[in-house]
Amino acid sequence: MTLFGRKTAAAPRTGGGNGVDPARVIHFTFDGVRYPAHPGDTLASALLANGQRLAGRSFKYHRPRGILSAGPEEPNALVELRTGARREPNSRATVTEVYDGLVACSQNRWPSLRMDALGVNGLFSPIFTAGFYYKTFMWPAPFWEKVYEPLIRRAAGLGRAADEADPDLYEKATTFCDVLVVGSGPAGLAAALAAGRSGARVVLCEQDSVTGGRLRAERGELDGVPGWQWARQAMDSLRQMPEVRIMTRTCVFGAYDGGTYGALERVADHVAMPAAGQPRQRLWRIVAGRCIVASGGIERPMVFVGNDRPGIMLAGAVRTYINRFGVVPGRRAVIYTNNDDGLRTATDLAHAGAVVAAIVDTRATQTARATQVARETGAKLFTGGAIAATYGRLGVQAAAIRDRSGRVQHIACDLIAMSGGWNPELSLTTHHGAKPSYNAALCAFVPTTFPPGMQAAGVANGAFTTAACLREGAEQGQAAAAACGFAADLPALPAADAESYGIESLQPLPRDRSVKDGKAFIDFQNDVTARDVRLAAQEGFRSVEHLKRYTTLGMATDQGKTANVNGIVQLAQQTGRDIASTGTTMFRPPVQPVAIGAIAGAHTGTHFKPTRLTPTHEWARQQGAAFTANGLWQRAQWFAQPGESHWRDTVNREVRTVRTAVGFCDVTTLGKIDIQGPDAATFLERLYVNAWRKLPVGRARYGLMLREDGFVFDDGTTARLGPQHYVMTTTTAHAGAVMQHMELCHQWLWPELDVHFISVTDEWAQFAIAGPRARDVLRHVVDPDFDLSHEAFGYMGAAEVTICGGQAARLFRLSFSGELAFELAVPARYGDALARLLMKVGAPYGIAPYGTEALGVMRIEKGHPAGPELNGQTTAHDLGMGRMLSGKKDFIGRAMAARPALTDASRPTLVGLRPVSPSDELVAGSHLLPRGAEATGAHDQGWISSAAWSPTLDGWIALGFLSDGPARHGETVMVHNPLAGSVVAATVGPPVFLDPEGARLHV
Amino acid sequence: MRLNCPCCGPRGVEEFTYRGDATLRRPAPDAAAPDWVDYVYLRDNPAGWHRELWYHGAGCHAWLVVTRDTRTHEIADVARAVDIARHGRENTGS
Amino acid sequence: MKNDRYSIFSLLRETLRGQTGWKPAWRDATPQPSYDVVIVGGGGHGLATAYYLARRYGVRRVAVVEKGWIGNGNIGRNTTIIRSNYLLPGNVPFYECSMKLWEGLEQDINYNAMVSQRGVLNLFHNDAQRNAYIRRGNAMRLHGVDAQLLDVDAVRRRLPFLNYDAARFPIRGGLLQKRGGTVRHDAVAWGYARAADRLGVDIIQNCEATGLRMREGRVVGVETTRGFIGAGRVGLSCAGNSSRVAAMAGLRLPIESHVLQAFVSEGLKPFIDCVVTFGAGHFYISQSDKGGLVFGGDIDGYNSYAQRGNMPVIEDVCEGGMALMPRIGRVRLLRHWAGLMDMTMDGSPIIDRTPVGNLYLNAGWCYGGFKATPASGLCFAHLIARDEPHPVAAAYRLDRFGRGAVIDEKGMGAQPNLH
Repeated sequence: MTLFGRKTAAAPRTGGGNGVDPARVIHFTFDGVRYPAHPGDTLASALLANGQRLAGRSFKYHRPRGILSAGPEEPNALVELRTGARREPNSRATVTEVYDGLVACSQNRWPSLRMDALGVNGLFSPIFTAGFYYKTFMWPAPFWEKVYEPLIRRAAGLGRAADEADPDLYEKATTFCDVLVVGSGPAGLAAALAAGRSGARVVLCEQDSVTGGRLRAERGELDGVPGWQWARQAMDSLRQMPEVRIMTRTCVFGAYDGGTYGALERVADHVAMPAAGQPRQRLWRIVAGRCIVASGGIERPMVFVGNDRPGIMLAGAVRTYINRFGVVPGRRAVIYTNNDDGLRTATDLAHAGAVVAAIVDTRATQTARATQVARETGAKLFTGGAIAATYGRLGVQAAAIRDRSGRVQHIACDLIAMSGGWNPELSLTTHHGAKPSYNAALCAFVPTTFPPGMQAAGVANGAFTTAACLREGAEQGQAAAAACGFAADLPALPAADAESYGIESLQPLPRDRSVKDGKAFIDFQNDVTARDVRLAAQEGFRSVEHLKRYTTLGMATDQGKTANVNGIVQLAQQTGRDIASTGTTMFRPPVQPVAIGAIAGAHTGTHFKPTRLTPTHEWARQQGAAFTANGLWQRAQWFAQPGESHWRDTVNREVRTVRTAVGFCDVTTLGKIDIQGPDAATFLERLYVNAWRKLPVGRARYGLMLREDGFVFDDGTTARLGPQHYVMTTTTAHAGAVMQHMELCHQWLWPELDVHFISVTDEWAQFAIAGPRARDVLRHVVDPDFDLSHEAFGYMGAAEVTICGGQAARLFRLSFSGELAFELAVPARYGDALARLLMKVGAPYGIAPYGTEALGVMRIEKGHPAGPELNGQTTAHDLGMGRMLSGKKDFIGRAMAARPALTDASRPTLVGLRPVSPSDELVAGSHLLPRGAEATGAHDQGWISSAAWSPTLDGWIALGFLSDGPARHGETVMVHNPLAGSVVAATVGPPVFLDPEGARLHV
Repeated sequence: MRLNCPCCGPRGVEEFTYRGDATLRRPAPDAAAPDWVDYVYLRDNPAGWHRELWYHGAGCHAWLVVTRDTRTHEIADVARAVDIARHGRENTGS
Repeated sequence: MKNDRYSIFSLLRETLRGQTGWKPAWRDATPQPSYDVVIVGGGGHGLATAYYLARRYGVRRVAVVEKGWIGNGNIGRNTTIIRSNYLLPGNVPFYECSMKLWEGLEQDINYNAMVSQRGVLNLFHNDAQRNAYIRRGNAMRLHGVDAQLLDVDAVRRRLPFLNYDAARFPIRGGLLQKRGGTVRHDAVAWGYARAADRLGVDIIQNCEATGLRMREGRVVGVETTRGFIGAGRVGLSCAGNSSRVAAMAGLRLPIESHVLQAFVSEGLKPFIDCVVTFGAGHFYISQSDKGGLVFGGDIDGYNSYAQRGNMPVIEDVCEGGMALMPRIGRVRLLRHWAGLMDMTMDGSPIIDRTPVGNLYLNAGWCYGGFKATPASGLCFAHLIARDEPHPVAAAYRLDRFGRGAVIDEKGMGAQPNLH
């Protein structure tokens, strides 16, 4: 059955088309062939205009596929757009705007679109039924990963993701409005006009590049002018309204809580490349008081054997191509319809010069309109007929039509325009979990429950005539504005078509023999046929959710926009239920697929998270510091000097410098909270496990905080600067959490306490100045009226001082390193200057800056717990601080800390470890097992939390947690690191390796 | 989701941190151990209206008591926790 | 039932007769007056429990009652990952038991659930994370679980397209469990249902439990929308709704219901061959056998029964994805959905008796329930049949909170949304 010889001749341009500029010609390539197009074309319209009916291959059987639709619902015509790092797989040709130089390639085929080797899958389709893979590929067991799955994965997927990082920019924006209108067809325009004239802030979003919706696709007139011209006038009116914002190429993809809508604006997808600094796409969060969903409808295909060949299109899409793009998708057409919209297509085709060979109308009774259209177009009318089969390998060439008497005749055609009626595009209305209900009179699922603030109008709401769309849109627009406090009259509405489209019922594929062996597709992209639906039902997958998951119906990139209802109809028949009780699956956001890059926005690469820099960052960079991330902070890790070939040399030198002379370290990142008020001491008593009331002014104290569940939360020192004034430090990691915790305690638990506090972490630059010569250095910094001597300002002293001749500062005699040490805080803006000053005045004493690595080594030498020990799983008992818990007061965590499991002696408890053989390295994360015990979990008695090479002790040291640890000092345990394949012996001891008496502190 | 902060006005949920059930009351220091276990660990976890604590960390730092339906995310009321803690606990159903 | 096994032979036989001979995967049973055991909840865990009760413990008069259609909850909403890469001794043996059951699942239940041990790689980005993963990997190894520590070069060889050079938190390495991977999630529910059905278990769909009938402090049956069903023992397996169901017996649980979102992209030619988790943000990803990127992140963080989430987490997840894998910028998110998580106060599950006689609880799976499905079913069946905990689930007791013997893998304390 050939009609035009081997190749279908190019479909002609009509020379018209309200959406293209026929005066200008641009070019694009598809599979390497260069074609002309007009501005305004989509890739689909341009391919059709060039006679290219074959556009893609299906997922499973690799069937040749053409262009089904003219919108975002397209299941077949998916292409890879652009090349290289900008390659975009699975792009729908029907919504891709052609620009000059556009490059598109077909996908999921090899070696070519016309000759696809995996088309062989179709031969196995009797085996490859729904769910066949659940029944086989099980033997032998290892073959799944080794043989079967690799084969399946080789065939998986559609297009190819880009191989390189996306080079384009993305942006996020938020906007607020009273009324959000989704869609700019007749209903959306009327809604926007009605709401806009009230003065309400209106945002009108249209996913298409042009406004007007179906008005651009039809020849019908409004008030005597073509619909698309009325739409243009309406847009002109809207543009006059200052509070109306029109956003084209913007798809509202999701309805979230609190009137928040997600929308994607395609800023620069219609050009070859975004301009410099311009985002490719912009993610909008639109916060709207009301939302009117006027997103129109999506036409259903007819389900019949061979309904997937290129050249078989939705009837409404055919009208779109003719009227908007000026492209006639075929020269000899068959119409297959269950409603009057198919007839409308026949009229438009004939008007555009195509032959309408036949009209197959499944309705039992011949309507006057059908008679009239058949007569006007010269088409043969098959009332009560059906298409039994189609022919044509890479495109339809003929249809076998069965008339109502059962006689079949073949009619040559290169286009079958099918209409199974319209589904309201109501996805947005279901995003809060509402299920649409079936309206048998409309033969459609319509929204009945809406998210708060949402309403629907027009086809999306089941109003299927233009007149009804306009009226409903205007009324909803008025009501939405009124709900936001803006009143206005209804706008005048144009006269428009008010005829229903004459759909009577939704019929499944008949179950007769003639269609038994053929493939009648329901989900085109995933190759789900009517037979698959039957098989699923036969096997007990009778709920719509089971059907979807078992057959994959509706799970392709089009999310079943054209498939779902046909699947439900088929399932209803198979299970003996009606459509309403069969129900529908959930529509998940997004309404249309959204690029992951757009949702991420600018938060990529090094901008993934904010970076916090210490006041000395620039200075440290100049010193050649290596930096490390500590939460969001960047901290100097070490300061390598010339000649140091390994970082450990540097760290060893920094440690020795502190232990023998003096070093300094920026500790600004520690959380700092300024606490003031008459009840400040009481507040501290309740936050910390230990006592605070008797802490004198001018002294600091170590404090331990628990969570209310009795486990350790945080630690730090708090100093008393005045009778009612304290300054707390927290760990860097928990600074935010501690502040939040304190706010909760104060605002919620103990609002009666008269205390105020504020985070001053960023206000103060703070330095640890540590080492035997620390005081000597400080004498050059702190103004001389302050006595720095040990007698006057002893260990754990705290004072407000002045430095550099009157600059206010805070000085604490704290030591994390175990040496004579001070922490000096200055306003953050002086941090950089202070670092430079310390270098200068400390030079005679051999001062050197040290980084977090040396800090870590020294705190391990001193057995101070830090992040690895304060991991949220440890108790005060585990840290050897059980006796700090005051029995005389209430504090957070007191009651729960007393539970038996938290103080059990067998809990792993903090110990120090040294290797028996000095050359053995201790590795953090190793586990501790008794000597001689088999290396199994049953013998696991603890782990190493922190380990370091100690230059001071000239050997490896580690902190760890060991069951019953304090009782086992002196014991040898085995340190297992199976990941590294090592086991070494280590001696258990107290966690303090250096100067346990603290003699170095008290000088 | 958006919370109408009494101090700052309506703000996106991303500015807030969730804590949990606001009907729990910290037991007296000398309360029996089971009372503490209930307080720290057991939750009504209702499907429906839920009074819950949120923290406006990216705003005013106020803790808020939000009355929200856990089935629909509808928010009926947002109040400052400190006001309820000081005055309103008797009247708020706990 | 004879001639009902799935195999290449039965598939070819059915192909020759037009696939007309397949029987329903499970009978749509109507409730009998009473059973030895009634399981409330026809999700993965409930169906697995019924299967193992019948198969391993010889309890044949078993019913599973499900308020909707089986597999409609989290078994079909998760990101399909299986792994046993846990840290704490209360967890590792249990999840390894589960992994071993996965490894033999298809032959056991005669259903191809596509257990794919393609590897699970947890990335780390700094020394502290590395040390924590070493501790975890060593705990796994000591318990006989496979684990490997990869340096950044090994990670790069395996996943050359990750962001190594312009990253805010550069990748330093990863902990790999090769035996981890993915499973076709729905098929797990269907496979257990079919296997249990063949052993005589009644799977009763559209049958919502509305109450528990008690006599003298013991439960004697379940009130349902399809009438009263007597039961010798009742097992609750309704994660997400555990608190609501337990409330029927007057119990309060250490659980909050939270919402976790999941995401899938359009189908792509495969390029990610294992499961990858980002260590510097909330993001994990794998690629399904159909080609979709399946990914997720953190829970939304507030109590919810709404089965849907909000934009901040969607954005957070995609930011993590782009930070880790900048080549997916033009890949499109196709669908996002959400499930209800039983978030416990320590992040670990509960399989235990309750204070009510003959009433057993399987709950609190947080966002980790899918991988646990086989072991959860086995251990719950053991508990119900023997009235004593299975050895590998011995730590999952309800009273652990009172005792303080919490199993807190993350160290976040009694704050469910932080686990």
